[in-house]
Amino acid sequence: MATTTLDPRDGPTWMQRNRMTVTPILFLLPGMLFFAVYVIIPIFQSFNISFYRWDGLGEATYIGLANYEELLTDRNFEISLWNNVKWLVLYLLAIPLGLFIALFLNQTVTGIRLYKSMFFFPFVLSQVVVGLVFSWFYLPREGLLNGVLTFFGMETVNVLGDPDLATYGIIAAGLWPQTAYCMILYLTGLNAVDPEQVEAGRLDGAKGWKMLWYVILPQLKPATFIAFVVTIIGALRSFDLISIMTNGGPFGSTRVLSFYMFEKALSEFGFRMGYGSAIAVVLFLIMLVFIGYFLWQMWQDEREARR
Amino acid sequence: MFPTPIEKRSRAAQVTYQTLLPLALIMWLLPLIAVMLFSIRPFSDFGAGNYWGVPSSFEFFNNYGRVFFESDMPRYLWNSVLITVPTVIGAVALSCMTGFALGVYRFRGNLLIFFMFIAGNFVPFQILMVPVRDLTVNIGLYDTKLGLVLFHIAFQTGFCTLFMRNFIRALPYELIEAARVEGVAEWRIFWYVVLPLMRPAIAALSVLIFTFIWNDYFWAIVLTQGPNAQPVTAGITSFNSQFVAQYHLMSAGSIVAAIPPVAMFFLMQRHFIAGLTLGAVK
Repeated sequence: MATTTLDPRDGPTWMQRNRMTVTPILFLLPGMLFFAVYVIIPIFQSFNISFYRWDGLGEATYIGLANYEELLTDRNFEISLWNNVKWLVLYLLAIPLGLFIALFLNQTVTGIRLYKSMFFFPFVLSQVVVGLVFSWFYLPREGLLNGVLTFFGMETVNVLGDPDLATYGIIAAGLWPQTAYCMILYLTGLNAVDPEQVEAGRLDGAKGWKMLWYVILPQLKPATFIAFVVTIIGALRSFDLISIMTNGGPFGSTRVLSFYMFEKALSEFGFRMGYGSAIAVVLFLIMLVFIGYFLWQMWQDEREARR
Repeated sequence: MFPTPIEKRSRAAQVTYQTLLPLALIMWLLPLIAVMLFSIRPFSDFGAGNYWGVPSSFEFFNNYGRVFFESDMPRYLWNSVLITVPTVIGAVALSCMTGFALGVYRFRGNLLIFFMFIAGNFVPFQILMVPVRDLTVNIGLYDTKLGLVLFHIAFQTGFCTLFMRNFIRALPYELIEAARVEGVAEWRIFWYVVLPLMRPAIAALSVLIFTFIWNDYFWAIVLTQGPNAQPVTAGITSFNSQFVAQYHLMSAGSIVAAIPPVAMFFLMQRHFIAGLTLGAVK
């Protein structure tokens, strides 16, 4: 089989001498090409477009920082930014909630595997379906939420129709699959917790909260890190739920940057590609803070793994 | 094990736990159960205000039949298949290669390229939206499945590379060295030594990417319009405007749209969870 490469009559070819450099390049080439064209270069293009006034079809006019100046006085931009903050903070609740459910389900009774799957599976639903399910759940007349409230003699609420409540209603819908995701991360983490350390902790008299805080949680650190990463990214990517559940309303009160950007650049409210790109750049810069932190953490791990 | 196994607790605690489990599950899935109940009701129940009582008739076959035979739903579902499957194949194939290059070879810039893939995978979609849409329009692929597939392959390569590279890193490196000593060509090492060992990673990644792409909504509405190319996530909004306020049909429609990834999850559960929790344990 391998005789062709080991024929002593001719010396190693150029390809054979440089195979340790050439092979990785060849293997990387297609993937990197795709990634560069569709991901890396567009990031820079968006930065560039944000300095122009452009309707997406005709000529683009360079207007410098005018788009960013407009953002400063744009009330809707401010609302969107605030909603992003709400999303970021409240979405993080998925982590303790997921841990709580994981602790609840980390038992070995019969049928527990099915319970774990059933608790997890909202994560597999598309955000579109989650959005629809929850907007029907919140319906003023037909919705189950108000059915339950009426049953207990309480006043009904129109969650998605109330500008003060709508964003929280959408975040609650988003927390449903996100909590499931964090739960499965923690279930896997709990599975790998060192039983000897738990026993040692028990002998030292650690119980309940103390055990959780001093013995269990430190061992769940990798799971917590991933939960944190995916939750932050998920919070800043929120788009589908808003688009499906309220379409930004009522009165624009549920917009976030990702949605507002889409509205400005691609919806019936006009094709302002430059202005949309400026919003996207702001969102990107916010994300970049987190991406930087994540990469730094991963880099630390890489250095440790090398030693 | 933490918390204390319930078998070691009192009988009362065990009984409480066993009753709490199903109750908690029902609470957890309540919004979904409500939709399922809606989907088997006749339309007249909604007019009569009978939302939560016993359905006046059982309309499962009728409602779901109308979803399949009186709407564009089958077309949208088929589009989703034609978008999702090629994306899975493309992204997994590309990332097997990038993962191999980054996981096996030491060269300058290795970590830099790796981190570029990770960082790209985290960026908000909106920063890509205008240029990607523009590019797709310019190469004549706007409102085609291919246009969507190409973008998805490219974007998913980021996450897939992260996954594959870490998986390959964990493989025994001696195998590769032994093959080199034997004089096996590098691409043969990839094909005959590494690739067979990557089967579990390929399975896990395929299931994950299938779900991610099937559930994509943002790119579907940015890069396509209309029933020619739109996947089911985008199609469901047109479906809902076709049957506006007919909650029994809209419920049935969204359940149909959700079934493929759910089925995929329950069938391939082990792979799915292995993929999702990679890195959650050190």
